[in-house]
Formats: sequence, C-alpha cells, structure tokens
Amino acid sequence: MADIPATVLQPEAASKASAEARWRALRTVSRGDVVYRSVLTALALLLPLLLILIAAELVINALPAAGKFGLGFLTHSTWDPVQGQFGALPLIFGTLYSSLVALVIAVPLALACAIFLTEFAPRWLRTPVATLIELLAAVPSVIYGLWGIFVLIPLLRDHLWPVGRHVLGWLPIFSGVFYGPSVLAAGVILAVMIVPYIAAVSREVLLAVPPSQREAGLALGATRWETVWSVILPYGRAGIIGAVILGLGRALGETMAVTMVIGNRHEVSASLIQPGYTIAAAIANEFSEAVSDMHLASLFLAGAVLFLITVVVNAIARVLVWRVARGSAIGSTAI
Amino acid sequence: MMRGRLVRQLIGSTMTGLTYGAAVLAILPLATILVMLVVKGAGSLDWNFFVRSAVAPGELGGGFANAIVGTVIVVALACVIGLPIGIGTGIFLAEFGGARFGLVVRFVADVLNGVPSIVIGIFAWTWLVKPMGHFSALAGGFALGMILVPIVARTTEEMVRLVPNSLREAALALGYQRWRTSLQVIVRTAAAGIVTGCLVAVARVAGETAPLLFTALGNQFFSTRIAGPMAAMPLQIYVYALGPYDDWHRQAWAGALVLIVLVLALSLIARAVVRAKRQHA
Repeated sequence: MADIPATVLQPEAASKASAEARWRALRTVSRGDVVYRSVLTALALLLPLLLILIAAELVINALPAAGKFGLGFLTHSTWDPVQGQFGALPLIFGTLYSSLVALVIAVPLALACAIFLTEFAPRWLRTPVATLIELLAAVPSVIYGLWGIFVLIPLLRDHLWPVGRHVLGWLPIFSGVFYGPSVLAAGVILAVMIVPYIAAVSREVLLAVPPSQREAGLALGATRWETVWSVILPYGRAGIIGAVILGLGRALGETMAVTMVIGNRHEVSASLIQPGYTIAAAIANEFSEAVSDMHLASLFLAGAVLFLITVVVNAIARVLVWRVARGSAIGSTAI
Repeated sequence: MMRGRLVRQLIGSTMTGLTYGAAVLAILPLATILVMLVVKGAGSLDWNFFVRSAVAPGELGGGFANAIVGTVIVVALACVIGLPIGIGTGIFLAEFGGARFGLVVRFVADVLNGVPSIVIGIFAWTWLVKPMGHFSALAGGFALGMILVPIVARTTEEMVRLVPNSLREAALALGYQRWRTSLQVIVRTAAAGIVTGCLVAVARVAGETAPLLFTALGNQFFSTRIAGPMAAMPLQIYVYALGPYDDWHRQAWAGALVLIVLVLALSLIARAVVRAKRQHA
C-alpha cells in the first residue's frame, strides 16, 4: 500500500474521455497529500541529519587532540590533565574488558532464558516471566549503580570472594587485593543490564523460526532439547548473534552504573578484581570539570571513539537481526 | 556414535532444568533491587521528602522536592522537543516507508537507539550549553528529547502498521483524500497504541542520568527556570549515592524507590495496553 501512488478521483478529470487522461487523473495527488507527505518526510529526514550532526560535532571538537596525539591517543596510557598528556588506552581497554566480562556472563544466561520462554516454559508462565525480564531493562541505570555500591559489591567482596579466592585466586585475572570497585563488579552489573536485551531479541528470533523446523526435528526422533540445540538455534543463528552484538553495544556505552562501581582508575590491568575505567565513565566524571581545552578535546576524541565503536556494533547487529525477518521491527520495539 | 536413549533424555531434562534456573537467576536481580529499595527507601518517604528541597551537605533533613519538580520539567521539555519528531517519523515509516529512504531512516533510527546516551549529552552540550555559556534545563530536555526520537519513531511505526488495511480502503472509497485518511482514520485508530509507546519511551528517559550530567547539571536549590541549571531525580540519586553521608544514602534509596515506582508503573501500563492491542490486531 505504501508504494501505490496517492489516488484521488476527481469528477472533472474522470469525465475526460481518453483512457490516458483518466489514468493521469488517478495519479493526481491533492495539495493536502503533498503537504502531508512533505512534512512527514522532513521530520524523518531529521534522524539521519541528527546522526551526521552528532558525528560532526564530535569530530570537530576532537580535532585538537587528534592533531596533537594522533594514533598514539589509542595506544598510550598516560592520562595527565595537569601536564596535558592524554592517552586513552586504559579507557578503551576498560570499556572492552568490562563488556567482555558482561557478555561471558550474560550470553548463556539470556539464551537460556529465551529458550525457556519459547520452548520449555508452560504457556501461562511465558508472558509474566517475559515481562519481568523486560522490566529489568526499564530499571534506570543509576539505580543499578546504587544497587551495585550497596548490595553487589559487599556481596562480592565479603561473601563470594573469601570463598572464591581459594579456588580461583591463583589465576592472573584474579590477582591482587579485592577492595570492591572493580572490573568484575562492573561486568556483573553490565551483565544484569544486558540480559533483558539479549533475551528479548533472541526470543523474538526464536519465535520467528517456522514451526515446520521444530516439527521436523521432533519427527526425526530428536528430544526436545536436541531439537532446540541442533535445529532451532542453528536456524536462528544470525539473529541470535545480532542479539548478542546488540547487547554488546549497550554494554559498551553504559555510563552511570559502571561509573559507580568500576573504581575509575586510569590503568590497564588484566586482573578482574582491580579497578578500571571506561570511556563513558571518564566522560561522565571529567567532562564538566575539564581543566584545559586539550583535556576537553581529548574527552571529545574518546567520545568519538566510543561513538564509532557503538555505531559499527549496532549497524552489524541490526543487519544480522533484520536478516532473520527482513524489515520487521524485531528488536527495535522489544524494549 | 549413537548415545543411549536414557543418556539423551537425561541431557534433555538437565538442560531443560538449567533453562528454568536461568530464568530464575535473570529475575533475581530485579527482585533484590525491588526488595532493597523498599527496605532501605520506604522508611524515609515522609512528607518532608516530597515538599522540602535538598539541604547543604552534611546537614540532616531535606528532601527531593527540587529534584521531582526538575525531572517533571526536563521530561516535559524532552516531550515537546522529541515526541513530534518521533511520532512524525513513525507515521512516515509506516505510511511511506517502503522505499529505499524508508529503509535508511529505519536503520538510522535503530543505530541512533544504540548510541550511548552520554554521547547524546555531549552533543546537547555543544549545541546548547556551549553557545549559551551555562548549563540549563533546556539543554537537558533537548538531550532527553533526542533520545526519545528513535524509540518513539519505531513504536509509532509498529502501532500504525497494526491498523487493518480495510479501514484505509473504506475511507478512500468514501472519497477521503489520502492525507485525511492517514491522519483521521489510520493514525486516530492507532492513537492509543502511539500514546502508550510514548509512555514507554518517556519512562526510559525519565531515569536517564548520563545525558543530564553536563546539560541540566543538577541544582541544590528549588528552580523552575529552564534557562538555568536544574535538579533531576536520577542526578540527585547519583550524587547522594556517591556522597559520604549516611543521610544522603538514606535519601538516595528513597529517591530511587520513587523513581522506580514511577518508571515501572509507566512501562507496565504501557506494556499491558500494547500487548492487548497486538493480540487484538
């Protein structure tokens, strides 16, 4: 319907004898239609424009820092506002590391939830559980941060770590003293925050798998789990990978909860129990108190890096999810 | 290699059980958050909390009045700025979005939806705070409005698409012009769904902190001036949670409780309506 040109039957036009004229009359568009379509098109144009403007502002304001530090900005780890030396390696590393931790925890959990909701849960339980999981996405990130400071960190530090230390303490990723604010705490919070995104999109992807696939698996004598594992999951693979990447995008850009629990230290450390820093957290903490123009420009450059990463990650995710059900709104309205 | 039937069934039930466990584990944080908020926050919700503004650091007492009013104003500004663009774009996507341009807009909306909110905050800073020379509620509203746009656009599109085509054909057959058909029949039929979609989006931005950090900034005093810095609930919770005073922590929990009740109520209502509409369509 959207592609059919607007048609308005006008008596005076229709009365003309020739078929050609009548055909032209059918294609005539009233002035109201033109105005309506133009206004809506103009509004829709604002979205690409906004994306371009954001990119442009980031790049323009980051130019001084980009000119001074070049690619070294990405590989140096000195962040010294007083000396005017800025290297974002700890920020980039912390952003990727905390998100990786989040994915390791969240992906199995979210996939299991999606499978539970589409395959195993009794019907009456599906909607309530799905709603509860989706509500996790509605919790404001500052409340996750509050919960992280006063519930999660004490739990990790005082109860889980004293036990876990004896088992895992020898691993390099658990070296050092655990004070609380750490990459681990940030990763766990991020995991909790992205589970609903990954679960909701994966669920829609699994629901889009044709029933015939499921029936074929069962008819071949597979158990329900075998059908899920070797028929349904492979069928929805592209969409599920998309869902995971979508969750990754969320984790990379998450600001408040991470700022509140990661410890905010400009240092590259492989240990999960040491403090770290992320790009978003650094911007949140330092932007309004930047001490020099170069400091501000460096924060803009870090922001541009974050913007670039999240745009690429989201674009890949969308293409993958769209491939499962082309053009449909899977994932965009799930949350 | 063929595994025994018993083993296969055992693996099947184990994995099924594990998915049950995963669902419980995923919901657990929500449960503990809600319980903690009630336990730690409910006790501090008194009359003072709602009618008094923040007091000087270290002083006891004070409340969230400035932050509650601030959030209402900033979110209202966000709606004024963001909703028309979002709804208009959504209608465009549903009614004329079949062409290549529609695909591009849809794609951009989804990508924008994934842009970190703090980046949107920086953008609002460059456009409003820097030229004006000071922080303002207006800049905060602008930032939140920009976050609203892609969310509202996509939910509106979905809601308008749910309207049966027979309605359109009936209106056109009655001689309605296309734009009147679209506005007075299609969009009007979808209106309830569009409104609830907007509610979900508003609930989401009402809890946003990051884009307000260097736009609305926060304000210890009661203020309704949109050209100046203004408090907001998430900002105040953030400052109080990180602060050194127990009284601040107490108020942070109380503020968080009010905020989450607000946000969850909005999204629950909206979800129920949307779900009913989807089943109806």
